[in-house]
Amino acid sequence: MTVIDGSFQDVGAAPLVDERAGFAAELRTVGMVWERELIRFVRTRTRILSSFIQPILFLFVLGYGMSTLVGTTGGFDFKKFVFPGIVAMTVVTTAIFSAISIVWDREFGFLREMLVAPVSRGALVAGKTLGGATVATVQGTIMLALAPLIGVHLTVPLVVEVVGLELLMAVALTTFGVFVASRIQRIEGFQVVMQLVLFPMLFLSGALFPLKGLPAWLAVITRVNPLTYAVDPLRHVVFAAQHMPPAAAARFSTGVDLFGTALPLWGEIGIVAGFAVVFLGLAIAGFGRTE
Amino acid sequence: MLTVAPESGAGCQEGAIRHWSRAAIVGTLDVDMSTSVPMPLGGDPPGASSGPRVVHAAGSGTSGARAGTSAVAVGVAAAVEVESLSKHYGEVEAVKAVSFSVLTGEVFAFLGPNGAGKSTTIKMLCTLARPTAGRASVAGFDVERQPKAVRRHIGLVFQDQTLDDQLTAEENLRFHAVLYGVSHEQVAERIDRVLRLVALQDRRADLVSTFSGGMARRLEIARGMLHTPAVLFLDEPTVGLDPQTRALMWDDVLRMRDEEGVTIFLTTHYMDEAENADRIAIIDYGSIVALDTPDALKRQVGSDTVELVTADDAAAGARLASAGFQVSSGGDGLVVFAENGESQVARLVETAGVAVRNVHVHRPTLDDVFLHYTGRQIRETPADRSVGRSMRARMARRR
Repeated sequence: MTVIDGSFQDVGAAPLVDERAGFAAELRTVGMVWERELIRFVRTRTRILSSFIQPILFLFVLGYGMSTLVGTTGGFDFKKFVFPGIVAMTVVTTAIFSAISIVWDREFGFLREMLVAPVSRGALVAGKTLGGATVATVQGTIMLALAPLIGVHLTVPLVVEVVGLELLMAVALTTFGVFVASRIQRIEGFQVVMQLVLFPMLFLSGALFPLKGLPAWLAVITRVNPLTYAVDPLRHVVFAAQHMPPAAAARFSTGVDLFGTALPLWGEIGIVAGFAVVFLGLAIAGFGRTE
Repeated sequence: MLTVAPESGAGCQEGAIRHWSRAAIVGTLDVDMSTSVPMPLGGDPPGASSGPRVVHAAGSGTSGARAGTSAVAVGVAAAVEVESLSKHYGEVEAVKAVSFSVLTGEVFAFLGPNGAGKSTTIKMLCTLARPTAGRASVAGFDVERQPKAVRRHIGLVFQDQTLDDQLTAEENLRFHAVLYGVSHEQVAERIDRVLRLVALQDRRADLVSTFSGGMARRLEIARGMLHTPAVLFLDEPTVGLDPQTRALMWDDVLRMRDEEGVTIFLTTHYMDEAENADRIAIIDYGSIVALDTPDALKRQVGSDTVELVTADDAAAGARLASAGFQVSSGGDGLVVFAENGESQVARLVETAGVAVRNVHVHRPTLDDVFLHYTGRQIRETPADRSVGRSMRARMARRR
């Protein structure tokens, strides 16, 4: 008898005879759920600010600290190397934690308002995912403002590419977060799970160190980590827009080798997209349990 | 609809609407019981607040409306129809083959203690739980085969708040309108209307986090009505609200019924609240033990009693008995059994022939009815869970 939790009881599997299967209505729902996420994002200024603190700390402490150790190759240093990784980190963290609003909604009852509405679970999850992903992309893009400080050169086409990749990454990670949130009843539980999953994933994704020349066991772990395939394309496009001497390109390399061959960019993007689709399906299923 | 019955005209409706707010004024009669707390929705034991209602029930208002609703029974489709509906959770039979129907435009109350099966029944009707056996339809749609259609045609107000307090009142309503497929052109108009119906139009741009519990509850009722549902379900709608707010909420609900023609289905464990309903189903241990209008239920329990304290009880008793009244003498004063006790008071005092110091009319209350059918008193168990949750919510809001 689940009275408090909102995760009840749809008869989603039952054959429906519905008067309104309108795709337009579903789209309107997606738009409204998305809009709500944005309204809430804009209203919680403290959250916006606090979500920048960690990446900025990483960028300056790690970036400057390691730069002295690693040194400069052809005018390229560790700060520049780590910058795309930090942008990815901002996007990933914001995306995953945006799903916490679902657990929050469950706690406050608003999830119930959504789940009893005559709309499909797919539309709700899609709206939530797009909302969280938009917020994460915005946060990641704001981080780009630090690029001149680091010495990373930005062009309009580069920013467009970066925003596109951020969006893909954000959608993938938000679906993952929504899936976890669909299975978890309490805020504390969500935070614990996310800390256990998020940080290992971030540290072992190549966001903070090059993936070439790793010990075999570490190489395997990074290749299994889906985040690896989200971080690398971002770094690839950023580096492609810099004037890197060959020595620097060799030292701070991009690209992921899988089974001895270099994975093409679209292959990496495909992996991330596949990850997003799988977790979108799992997330929708997660909200479709029956009493 | 109600207008089918001639005696349920606007005057009667008005009487029903103002039932609560006016009780205090109407209640000041010569009988001493009218000096009891004039707020019928008090948080005190239900029996204590039965005073003013006795006075009111003697008027034409509610009884007229009720008679009207009963008259509607012929030829009007039922808003809710339930046949042998059961729900088992493992070994536990939460609801045992209940059958009833709710008429269009009716205020129908499910009255029972916590755990009686009220919420489970409402969940099945709202397609939030699947029946183990039996059949139910709401607004003409089958709850098992057409859950989406059912949800489109019902409004829901839960025991726990389900508003987003970081959105404004208007944003909450707009969200709901879109999810319930209110057409784009109608959204603004409907929002205006429902906000006016609950008198929150001045707060439309305010964040819900600034609302009091009562305002939030009223906003939820407005939201439940936004998509012009056929049936508005209210699950324990007044738990945790103070008496004034409960009265206001009831004004809202009855106004919704009268102006929007919606059928109201509510569950409650407050006796005084069930009095507002046109018909009451008393549910206990998963079964309906009685179903009728509040007046009819009370009549089944027994007639009114009039307690008289006089200067000479023995003499008065003898005179009353010889005048044909059924009298028994209590320890302190006389008890006279009389149909329609209030209308008899003047005659009783006159017949007694001695100075009457005190008159008290007791009409059977729903407490008596409940006791009669279940063999025990209904207990006001605090809604611990919901209180805990709202406390938590309030604390979290401060973060």
